Amino acid sequence: MSAFRCPECGYTYDEQAGNPREGFPPGTPWSAVPDDWPCPDCGVESKPDFAPAT
Amino acid sequence: MAMTYADDHAEPLPELTPATWRDPKRYAWLLGLLVPGLPLMAWALVEVTGVGLLWFFGPLFVFGVIPILDHLIGDDDANPPDSVVQWLEQDRYYRWCTYLFLPLQFASLVIACWLWSQGGLSTVESLGLALTVGCVSGIAINTAHELGHKRASTERWLSKIALSQSGYGHFFIEHNRGHHVRVATPEDPASSRLGESFYAFLPRTVKGSLTSSWGLEAERLRRTGSSPWTIKNDVLNAWAMTVVLFGALTATFGLEVLPWLLVQAVFGFCLLEIVNYLEHYGLLRANREDGRYVRTAPQHSWNSNNISSNVFLYHLQRHSDHHAHPLRRYQALRHFDEAPELPSGYATMILLAAIPPLWRRVMDKRVLAHYGGDVTRANIHPPRREQVLRRYGRGSSSTGLTA
Repeated sequence: MSAFRCPECGYTYDEQAGNPREGFPPGTPWSAVPDDWPCPDCGVESKPDFAPAT
Repeated sequence: MAMTYADDHAEPLPELTPATWRDPKRYAWLLGLLVPGLPLMAWALVEVTGVGLLWFFGPLFVFGVIPILDHLIGDDDANPPDSVVQWLEQDRYYRWCTYLFLPLQFASLVIACWLWSQGGLSTVESLGLALTVGCVSGIAINTAHELGHKRASTERWLSKIALSQSGYGHFFIEHNRGHHVRVATPEDPASSRLGESFYAFLPRTVKGSLTSSWGLEAERLRRTGSSPWTIKNDVLNAWAMTVVLFGALTATFGLEVLPWLLVQAVFGFCLLEIVNYLEHYGLLRANREDGRYVRTAPQHSWNSNNISSNVFLYHLQRHSDHHAHPLRRYQALRHFDEAPELPSGYATMILLAAIPPLWRRVMDKRVLAHYGGDVTRANIHPPRREQVLRRYGRGSSSTGLTA
């Protein structure tokens, strides 16, 4: 399971936790998140801008 | 200490620390709490002078006193040093300045309802009070705006509560998930376009924000497997707060307060929308090679360093930094040299926006100058595109600088 981080605000999408409020239940892979999904916290960056979190 | 966007990403300066730096605006933020007191001030002024027209004190203060203060007090482009920003954001004092707005806001609303229900005011005086309360309502949207950008659920809840007075609860969704994503693009209903008057913008933004917020929530709920007709829908639960608020006030003070509650709500959200009109007029994010818009940067919002309007609006006018870094708390918002600068504070600019020929005369040349004279780089209002191109040239840098 991987995690992906918004470069602007640091919000992290963790595949294990998903984001149930946004409609991505725990275990939803990053590949299943739509490309135009914006960061739910800042709205500045979208999925293609997210970087793998280490 | 002005800075450029590149400086923002450089190493922080080490010399200033919370121990050696003082925030010059620290106590000025308390002035924002005068705003919910406007209905009380109006009442006091009417009692002291006997002049009934002073029920209109709210609009007189916002459109008369603050613009004068804008000019008397002037600008401030000082930024908190990078080394203290984190400390500044964590200082809870600044949060309390915004939280305290809410109890005062609703106390003044209740007192206004009591005044309306007493029958002592003429229709014109009641209207004056409604517009004064409407100023509180509109500026409460600004408080809600500051709170709604935060991650903490308490602040998000307070944001929706502050919006209940204006009935503009969908702003909570549309602003954060719609406007911030699409800002300075033709797709954003809340970004005004070159050649678009405020009166053309108003119906477009009111309708567009409503339909967009509903669409965003419906899409989110569809992904969760839910219908949009649920109390989990943040548009519906925010509106429900208004229904409860207005219902309780009407039940307590009588049906005669309901029309004035509606008047103050409409006036309040129109005040928000005229401020929206100022913030991105004509600005456009360029397209990248992959077809997406470039990342939102300071040059995609009009900034104003005007002190007077800024202290009453929790630095809302430091709008360029706000859109580049939306989670940054108001006290830490900075000025950037490359952001386009409004010639005055919002209170003054609102007056210009209400008179479209005057607005165009002041602002169109600034949009053009921002794009080096190339009007095709601006966000042009489609119905007036030909007219705008004829007037300002088609990408030539030598024409059209006199609007």
